[in-house]
Amino acid sequence: MAKVNPAFIEKVTASEEFNATECMNCGVCSAVCPVEIDLLPRKLFRYALLGLEDKVLEHTPAIYQCLLCKLCEANCTADVHIAENVRFLRTYISKEVYKL
Amino acid sequence: MPLPTGAVIGIMMDNLKKRKSVFPISHRKAVKWSQKLEIPEGGETVLYTGSMYQLLPYMLAAVNRMGKMEDSFLGRFVGMGRFFNKMFNVSAIMFRPKRADHRRFRRIIRDIARLLQQAGVEFGYLYKKELYAGALAFDMGADETFVAHARRVHAMLKEQGVRSLITIDPHTTNVLRSVYPTIIDGFDIEVKSYLEVLAANDTLRPVNKVAGEITIHDSCVYARYEDIVEEPRKLLERAGYTVLEPKDNRNLTHCCGGPIESLFPGMAHQIGKKRVRQLKDKNGLGVATMCPICMATLQQAANGDLEIDDIASFLVKAFCEPEEKPIKKKSADENRSEP
Repeated sequence: MAKVNPAFIEKVTASEEFNATECMNCGVCSAVCPVEIDLLPRKLFRYALLGLEDKVLEHTPAIYQCLLCKLCEANCTADVHIAENVRFLRTYISKEVYKL
Repeated sequence: MPLPTGAVIGIMMDNLKKRKSVFPISHRKAVKWSQKLEIPEGGETVLYTGSMYQLLPYMLAAVNRMGKMEDSFLGRFVGMGRFFNKMFNVSAIMFRPKRADHRRFRRIIRDIARLLQQAGVEFGYLYKKELYAGALAFDMGADETFVAHARRVHAMLKEQGVRSLITIDPHTTNVLRSVYPTIIDGFDIEVKSYLEVLAANDTLRPVNKVAGEITIHDSCVYARYEDIVEEPRKLLERAGYTVLEPKDNRNLTHCCGGPIESLFPGMAHQIGKKRVRQLKDKNGLGVATMCPICMATLQQAANGDLEIDDIASFLVKAFCEPEEKPIKKKSADENRSEP
């Protein structure tokens, strides 16, 4: 069962970089992704906004498989900063999990 | 089994903190491209390589070694490698680039510098003082390491009295131009790609006749992060080539796969192959890339089926006289590794 981590929600919502609340779940980002990861970024960002830290961490490989190529952003109708949001999650993992 | 992400990133970040570069490279190797070009040391405007082209041979050697470890029990030992790498330079011993790779990437930087000289642009070079800009640390989200390194680079640039940088690859251009100003108060150094500098320079005219169709591969970072789209086309056309556009182009270009090569070599190779199929559809004289990572990744994916080279190599044929090459003993050991 997924567990909500309030501290994680705080970090996500406090960030100026993370703007996934704008996402309308249209799915264009997943359709154009050269990596063809259907998870990214819709579900992933939803997990982050809900504070489901364990679900986000479960998908660590997908977070690092993102090319940061911004093809999704170029097609995004809601102007979500998808690459920057993915990089935000990497920063979180680098600090909290990998202790870099 | 995929490679352990934390350990692989950890090795590169430890190197950046301790050895000032993600892959340790000697000063001698980093500046070797500039021999006999008589570029002045320092100055207000400098050509900033950020060591990206020089690092590519090391990245290729690393990817080759890591690719063999991916899905193998050997991948488990990467964590141990990180432990030892903190004490002594394991990555320099493990990843020994091919001599031919050093040579081909050096040649491209040389071509870029010669193009700028031919255009009458005045610039210096920081030689051994130049530092890697930290793009990989930023992309990996290792922000503490990145910020500390960026401050080190900025302090060095200020100490050298640099006011303007001419960059040669998209990743260095992006971090210096668009990321440094967000983390360093008062960052006031102008950053321009050599493609922008040359495209705006009307004195650069062809001295040799070239012809043929060149398929252009836009870099994601140049096109979507830095809006550098028209400049490479303008230069290729001014040189005398006809530019062919592949299926995905300009700000909708298709990534080469290179950004994830150090962590997921197999997946990166598949993405590269997909892009090569699009580029092959155009069947021109060759494919022009403008990023060392794109060039290396696509060349590996094409496996000799397609002529892929850096845009500078195509431009130099039109805009510069050929360099006199030293008589070299024919070597059978181009694939030999060297540190």
